[in-house]
Amino acid sequence: MQETVIKIDNLKKRYRLGLIGSGTLTEDLQSWWARVCKKEDPNIKIGTQISDAKGFWALNGINLEVKRGETLGIIGANGAGKSTLLKILSRVTAPTEGEVRIKGRISSMLEVGTGFHGELTGRENIYLNGAILGMSRKEVDKKIEDIIEFSECRKFIDTPVKRYSSGMYVKLAFAVAAHLDSEILVMDEVLAVGDMKFQEKCLGKMGDVADKEGRTVLYVSHNMSTIQQLCSRCIVLDKGRIIYDGNVEEAIRIYMGTVEQSPVKIDLAGLSRSEEHAGRVAFMQELELLDKQDSVCARNEKLNFRLRYTVEQENLQMYIRIILRYADGTPVSMVTTGETFSGRVGKEEKVVFSLDTEYIVPGKYTMSIILYEVNQFGTYRNCDGVKDAYCFEIQEDKEYAHKMDWSHRYWGHVALKELEVISRS
Amino acid sequence: MEEKWTTVLQPKKKWLDLNIRELFSYKDLIFLFVKRNYVTKYKQTILGPLWLVISPLLTTLMFVLVFGNIAGLSTDGAPQMAFYMAGNLVWAYFAYCVNQTSNTFVQNAGVFGKVYFPRMVVPISTVLTGLLDFFIQFLLLGIILVIYAISGTAIAINVWALTTPILVLQLALLGLGVGIIVSSLTTKYRDLTILVTFGVQLWMYASPVVYAVGQIPERYHFIYLLNPVAPVITIFRYAFLGTGYVPLLSWGISWITTIVVVTIGFMLFSRIEKTFMDTV
Repeated sequence: MQETVIKIDNLKKRYRLGLIGSGTLTEDLQSWWARVCKKEDPNIKIGTQISDAKGFWALNGINLEVKRGETLGIIGANGAGKSTLLKILSRVTAPTEGEVRIKGRISSMLEVGTGFHGELTGRENIYLNGAILGMSRKEVDKKIEDIIEFSECRKFIDTPVKRYSSGMYVKLAFAVAAHLDSEILVMDEVLAVGDMKFQEKCLGKMGDVADKEGRTVLYVSHNMSTIQQLCSRCIVLDKGRIIYDGNVEEAIRIYMGTVEQSPVKIDLAGLSRSEEHAGRVAFMQELELLDKQDSVCARNEKLNFRLRYTVEQENLQMYIRIILRYADGTPVSMVTTGETFSGRVGKEEKVVFSLDTEYIVPGKYTMSIILYEVNQFGTYRNCDGVKDAYCFEIQEDKEYAHKMDWSHRYWGHVALKELEVISRS
Repeated sequence: MEEKWTTVLQPKKKWLDLNIRELFSYKDLIFLFVKRNYVTKYKQTILGPLWLVISPLLTTLMFVLVFGNIAGLSTDGAPQMAFYMAGNLVWAYFAYCVNQTSNTFVQNAGVFGKVYFPRMVVPISTVLTGLLDFFIQFLLLGIILVIYAISGTAIAINVWALTTPILVLQLALLGLGVGIIVSSLTTKYRDLTILVTFGVQLWMYASPVVYAVGQIPERYHFIYLLNPVAPVITIFRYAFLGTGYVPLLSWGISWITTIVVVTIGFMLFSRIEKTFMDTV
């Protein structure tokens, strides 16, 4: 039985909404004096109620135990309280209620390169940053060679970091943090730095930290694939509470569960268009899933959609392109219509198309829908497009894959036909 | 079984919550901050650390010119150069401590918001940085005194010179105390930052920096010396120049003031440091 290194009891954090104080001393003193004399506060806005309810619970009763050597992923939508939790753990701010007990040294990396000073050289910054993160001079002395090696910045180590490229800067900063000796590491999406190769290296290093050195890592990210790669356990936060605590697969599935399933009919006109899709020659108005009560379907089912759109230009020969993504954001496939369709300016047009789900594994998917045309020179142009416009679910099929629980993480999202045994002897 | 926890994070409760042992374990960081303050101060300057000598010399010369010659203020018989330099030396250190520590929170909000270390590290390292400046300028004063001695002016250094470390310690504590009180309040009230620069200037004229204590009528001396910096400067001048006198009682009161200010400072600071990220 592993030892518990972090124990969180009924942790709560409240933020006051709106203005904190009035900003000037005199007004605060006036308010304070008014409270003392039980008079009306001269600075309070008329109509606002004087109550303690004017708060927002960023964390609302968190109970959690983390064991030594665990890599705990923390996921949740924006505003679920992830960062607040990390802030309290890394002692940047104090809790409002409750208690956190920690065994061992804790280092936080809520940002890389905290305290770097542009005028100092790389080497000096390693010492400074190391000390800020809690390393002693001797420890840095011992590790400086490893750190420089890891950062891939040896050539520039005695140059002021203000002359560094941003990539080098980040690499150096991460190198320092990766060599921390503390028993517990708290990290907030800092791995999204550097080039691909360096990111891989960082992930590898973090994995080593937990597996080989037996240290505890708490990791917050929106990137499900790094969570899967790194974490052995995962919690899902929602509105300041832990709604799930357990294995990573399930946690991600539950987090995805908070990805809202679309109703049968959605209004595309109101959705925002990204720059790459905004062709402004056509405009999709509405997408409707036909013949169904909701956006959940069985395996092999064909989904029929009706798209209403308007065009701004005559003689557009458009195709539809659908990009499918699994709910955690990994791309699955792309499919287009074979034939073109067009429209008349000023008239609402309709097109019905069907999407065959035969080759997709059960799960939750989002689809981006794009209208595009191919001109006579063979180049493509997007006429309109909405990213992740529609979300549907393909239900688990009891018979599929011998009732194995499909692991999207290891097996992907493509459903192939069963293997055929050709001959036996 | 009672488990051993190294850290327990709780809502703020205690008023005075200063963990000296923890602070001590961050001595390397204090040292590195001092070094950083130094190194970065004179990067990309032509004269570099020479400014440490030039600026007090210029200030002293200006004092000599304006207050000594134009205004014709008495220096109680001490050579002007040494007189103004002694006053300015002590005052400059104190002013530096107040000015620099008073923006601890606002200036370091970026770092404080991302990583934990005892926040006291920053003001302490600021005060130590100032100490180095003080030391170098102190040597300058020594050189000037030697020059006076060689050229035949009587220099009356006496046994009170041995109290210099105590005087400096007091200045450091007082400066730190005032600075952290202001810095704790500036997390909510930014207007204090403006007030500080102005206040420190006024305070200088309320202290015997550009004039001698002897200029103040005898009967007001006690009240005048309630200003905690005044006895320090007076004793310092007496120790090295032999002018004025040693106001022992006032010095005692000034120490009491210092300790009260520092205690209040620490209390406010330790209260603010845990939650200032939510208000800054």
